[in-house]
Amino acid sequence: MPTNHILPTRVYYTIFAILMLCTFATVLIAFFDLGPLNAIAALTIAVFKAVLVVLFFMHVRYSTRLTWAVVAGGVFWLGILLALTLSDYLTRSWQTFG
Amino acid sequence: MLPEAAHHHPAGLAHQFDNLEQQKEAATLGMWAFLTTEILFFGGLFMVYTVYRSSYPDAFAAASHELVVWAGTVNTAVLITSSLTMALAVHAAQLGQRRLLIVFLLLTMALGCVFLGIKAFEYYTEFVERHIPGLNYDFEPKYFRNAQLFFSLYFLMTGLHALHMIIGLGIMAFMLWWSVRGVITAEYYIPIEISGLYWHFVDIVWIFLFPLLYLIGRHAH
Repeated sequence: MPTNHILPTRVYYTIFAILMLCTFATVLIAFFDLGPLNAIAALTIAVFKAVLVVLFFMHVRYSTRLTWAVVAGGVFWLGILLALTLSDYLTRSWQTFG
Repeated sequence: MLPEAAHHHPAGLAHQFDNLEQQKEAATLGMWAFLTTEILFFGGLFMVYTVYRSSYPDAFAAASHELVVWAGTVNTAVLITSSLTMALAVHAAQLGQRRLLIVFLLLTMALGCVFLGIKAFEYYTEFVERHIPGLNYDFEPKYFRNAQLFFSLYFLMTGLHALHMIIGLGIMAFMLWWSVRGVITAEYYIPIEISGLYWHFVDIVWIFLFPLLYLIGRHAH
């Protein structure tokens, strides 16, 4: 893996354009009442934007496997934080029968 | 003590590394290890936000509706643009284009200052509209108590984000100084790359803060 992997600048301009379009889309969607889909759409777009920034602006796409593992580990631990906490809070109001 | 001429020693290469490539790998890994702690730091706050928003969705929507949505949208565009100029600064550094590197670092810092300026305007607006819990808080009686949770989280999360921006500006000022002095070369551009990782991370935090804080009440009220 070459350490000084130099990307052509058009990659950065393309990612920038996509990020701006996504921002426009997320604002536009927020003004329509889609019920629970509003939150899902907003988070999906945000995750997509974050992935683009990580892969291209932060060069993780061109990094070594060890860096990939650390990045994935960070996201995985965030997943543990969210999943285990929500498994408590979102189930507190569940009824028990019998 | 080894004599200086014992081995070729590129500028910027620390003694514990075999070569610049290994040094860059270690620096990148170290920065990502730090950013992992940052992911979990902000992740905890997003967790609190999720729990309270799921408990009081109507109060959160009503409170979110009070934020200045155009300011948040403009600031999102400003930060994304600053990420572009940061990426272009790294690109210029990789090619050893010192003048271009300095221009892009200055642009990145200028956009960071614009962001903080708009943020200050927003905080001032929230102060005038009495949205600051513990200071001058007031809200419609129906949501008086629970909207405070939203505004507390709003100020805590955007405040910590703004603090990261200020630290980022400090790092960029340092990088600018190094670039002007000629410390940064095509061979030794690692500091710009690593500073960029920090800047982009702060951008990512805002990418999540913006829809979750500003946009949840847009259609409802």
